[in-house]
Amino acid sequence: MQQEAAVPLSDVLLEMRGITKEFPGVKALKDVSFSVRSGEIHALVGENGAGKSTLMKVVSGVYPYGTYDGQFFFKGEECRFHTIRQSEHQGIVIIHQELALIPHLSITENIFLANEQATHGVINWGLSHSKAKDLLAKVGLNESPATKISHLGVGKQQLVEIAKALSKNVELLILDEPTSSLNENDSQALLQLLREFRAQGIACVLISHKLKEVESVADTITIMRDGAVIESLDARGGDVTEDRIIRGMVGRDMTHRFPPREANIGEVLLEVKNWKVAHPVYSDQMVINDVSINVRAGEVVGIAGLMGAGRTEFAMSVFGRSWGHVVGGQVLMRGKEVDVSTVPKAVAAGIAYATEDRKTYGLILINDVKTNITLANLGGVSSRGVLIAPKEITVANQFRDALSIKTPSVKQLAVNLSGGNQQKVVLSKWLFANPDVLILDEPTRGIDVGAKYEIYTIINRLAAEGKAIIMISSELPEVLGISDRIYVMAAGRIAAEMPAAEASQESIMKAIMRLARAGAEEVVL
Amino acid sequence: MSAPIESPTPVVTPVAPEPRDSLWKSIGLNVRGSVMMVALLLAVVFFQLTSGGVMLKSLNVTNIFLQNGYILVMALGMLLIIVIGHIDLSVGSVAGFLGAIAAVLMATYHLDPLLAVAMTLIAGGLIGVWQGVWVSYLRVPSFIVTLAGMLLFRGATLWMLGGQPVGPFDESFRAISSGFVPEIIGRIPDPFGAVDMVLLSIGSIKLVIPLGGGDLNLTTLLLGVLLGAAVVFMGWRSRREQVKYGFSVPSMGSFIARNAAIVLGVMFIAYRLAGYKGLPIVALLAFILIGFYMFLTLRTVIGRRIYAVGGNAKAAMLSGVNSKLMVFLTFINMGVLAALGGLIIAARFNSATPKAGYGFELDVIAATFVGGASAYGGVGTVAGTVIGAIFFGVLNIGMGIMSIPIDYQFAIKALVLLFAVYFDVSSKNKAG
Repeated sequence: MQQEAAVPLSDVLLEMRGITKEFPGVKALKDVSFSVRSGEIHALVGENGAGKSTLMKVVSGVYPYGTYDGQFFFKGEECRFHTIRQSEHQGIVIIHQELALIPHLSITENIFLANEQATHGVINWGLSHSKAKDLLAKVGLNESPATKISHLGVGKQQLVEIAKALSKNVELLILDEPTSSLNENDSQALLQLLREFRAQGIACVLISHKLKEVESVADTITIMRDGAVIESLDARGGDVTEDRIIRGMVGRDMTHRFPPREANIGEVLLEVKNWKVAHPVYSDQMVINDVSINVRAGEVVGIAGLMGAGRTEFAMSVFGRSWGHVVGGQVLMRGKEVDVSTVPKAVAAGIAYATEDRKTYGLILINDVKTNITLANLGGVSSRGVLIAPKEITVANQFRDALSIKTPSVKQLAVNLSGGNQQKVVLSKWLFANPDVLILDEPTRGIDVGAKYEIYTIINRLAAEGKAIIMISSELPEVLGISDRIYVMAAGRIAAEMPAAEASQESIMKAIMRLARAGAEEVVL
Repeated sequence: MSAPIESPTPVVTPVAPEPRDSLWKSIGLNVRGSVMMVALLLAVVFFQLTSGGVMLKSLNVTNIFLQNGYILVMALGMLLIIVIGHIDLSVGSVAGFLGAIAAVLMATYHLDPLLAVAMTLIAGGLIGVWQGVWVSYLRVPSFIVTLAGMLLFRGATLWMLGGQPVGPFDESFRAISSGFVPEIIGRIPDPFGAVDMVLLSIGSIKLVIPLGGGDLNLTTLLLGVLLGAAVVFMGWRSRREQVKYGFSVPSMGSFIARNAAIVLGVMFIAYRLAGYKGLPIVALLAFILIGFYMFLTLRTVIGRRIYAVGGNAKAAMLSGVNSKLMVFLTFINMGVLAALGGLIIAARFNSATPKAGYGFELDVIAATFVGGASAYGGVGTVAGTVIGAIFFGVLNIGMGIMSIPIDYQFAIKALVLLFAVYFDVSSKNKAG
């Protein structure tokens, strides 16, 4: 039963008609019509670049009136927002994917930023704190309002953002990928909160790539593709499945979400023994505690775990001590101990690490594609310290073709590429460095379904070439679908090791919970 | 790594169209650099008009180099510092201090000028080591380290000189800033004779390009021809390479037009210099350094790494670039170039004075930013910096010829800096 959601005119909260928005060279929105009813959770899904965020930026005044075509109505009145403040005044609040909190300020200060509880310019701190306390109670965050944001984990920061939205008497809350950086528990808590808001009559637009969540929480699901609305599905009956949504998103059925994998596993390449790492600031806090893993040639090893389990910290500490203080442990390549105390040494030892945060740690966005691809192995395109331009271009073109990086030319700036293509540039960089062991940290985060499949295919091919792959991922289906063997990490320890064939989402979650119950301290980073 | 990967779904990714190489980009100029090139020409035309044709006389063209050589030299070092994401406020004081060291070595200890120059350059490198250690390894912000350096070396200069100017120097040392490339080949009479070429004439206003007025230094003309030919050759080779790899290039017409403009410009400057005493040694020094730093920034691994660290220090570090070492090296480089700047200043005034170098850091930094470097790091070109430095040189000479009072001169230069950077920022915002 998939039908156009019947929208009775009476309780339409937001109605957008014929919205068109153009960027230089790209039509981001094409004649989009979209409506949200009062007190519903309306999920907006689609691949990256489909126009979801752009549409919501029109609603919230990020793109001011006049920079788009078409019109929209909120509570029956036409809106012409010139600033974000004007939309917030109407009760439309958007929470962006990148949280807009100031780390060095307290919860209270952040909640009332630009909305200070003041008389004649003098802030009433008592009133501010007590109001903040009420708001925190509403979102279920048990922290003192005086706590600094930097002391909170991402999940709690998200709740502060929501409390901030509530302080503005929100009627339409727009959340852009709110759970993308949250662990399972925090995600569930957040979704529960949205349900409570719905009961109180607050409508919510949820942009998400996590279709399971969408399926479980949304009343209406609108699917966008290529800047247009494809369809709106009524999901209250609970009969809209993940596969059904994916079909709408990609335009046809996705029978295989993971490419078939034939493992040809050889000798042990990398072995890390009894690895212990202390927090870079609090040196008595052990973040990685006695972790031992190994990976063989041709093998894909998944490291599953929740956010904050220490997976990224583990990988980065092995990769040239880029994180924390290593207090103990050994790294062996093919049975021989190697020095990985700096990044160049780790690279020389044959280890590469592709970061989870490609924009901050992976790419030089203002440089072009070829410059990014050759950065980790400039020796390969130079002679006695002098770059050989033709060689660099040839190398970059080879990777563009081999990994199907979609860019008009390798002279395109990295910032202009989509997430999936940026990820391929990061992969190319490390493939050109020709490592034996490739550590991929959340290689498919924030990229769309089609591009994910391509990344999986690349991983398979690398393994087939005899490279050892370690893949860190928070998406359990991905870990299960790609790996040959899985390590489960929790609280800085290895909670379990299992062949992928015998693993399931349940067994992984159980391993995590078992370790948590065993009394290991939760490490909050 | 050759089999193409099959994609199960058509992935539609909007990509921005490839930016077409603009007229100036291929010689390494960005938007701000191109605009500054035009602004430079306008400024020259303006001063030529208002000065009644004096601006472009041989003596003044020569003076642009003599009076601003040290700014250009130090701006090349500043470019690398700014590109890698730092700043050096101490260059003026350091140059003053190193000039003082050279002065004391030569005037008080009667050291051979060559030895004194070598020791001063090494001292410059050591000052670079001192500041570089604080910035890169001890992680004190460069603004603070070099602010401290500015005060420290100002004090050190006073101490070194005992509050008195020290000089004069040997003729061979003074040649650094007042000497000319010797006339190896001799001189020929000016083929244009002593006629002024009138480009534009509206009523009493005449835009005049002065020609002739004597004989010409052949060596300088020949060097001009060589430089022009080298620029055209390298441009042509780079264009051929671009075409070979299927990149879009400006049309042949605009390529020829641009190269003709460059050759014309180079030859005009050579012609003007030849009409006076020839190529100043300081200009020769500057040209060699410009060539060297163009090569360093565009063609070497070290140059690439400096831009990478400035573009994204964390990503560069995680790609195996030794960011700290790169920062350290750029400060040593700056120290050596500040030493060179200090030597030129001392040679120019034939003495080291306690106040030498005061405020020069501001001219140097301004020239670099006006030339297109980004205050956020990762962006900036040698070509742009050269234009920025020459622009300030033209402003200085032109305003001097027009006898504009010094107070107005400061304000005009300030506004030029402000508008140049504003223009760049606003054009970036429009681009999205």
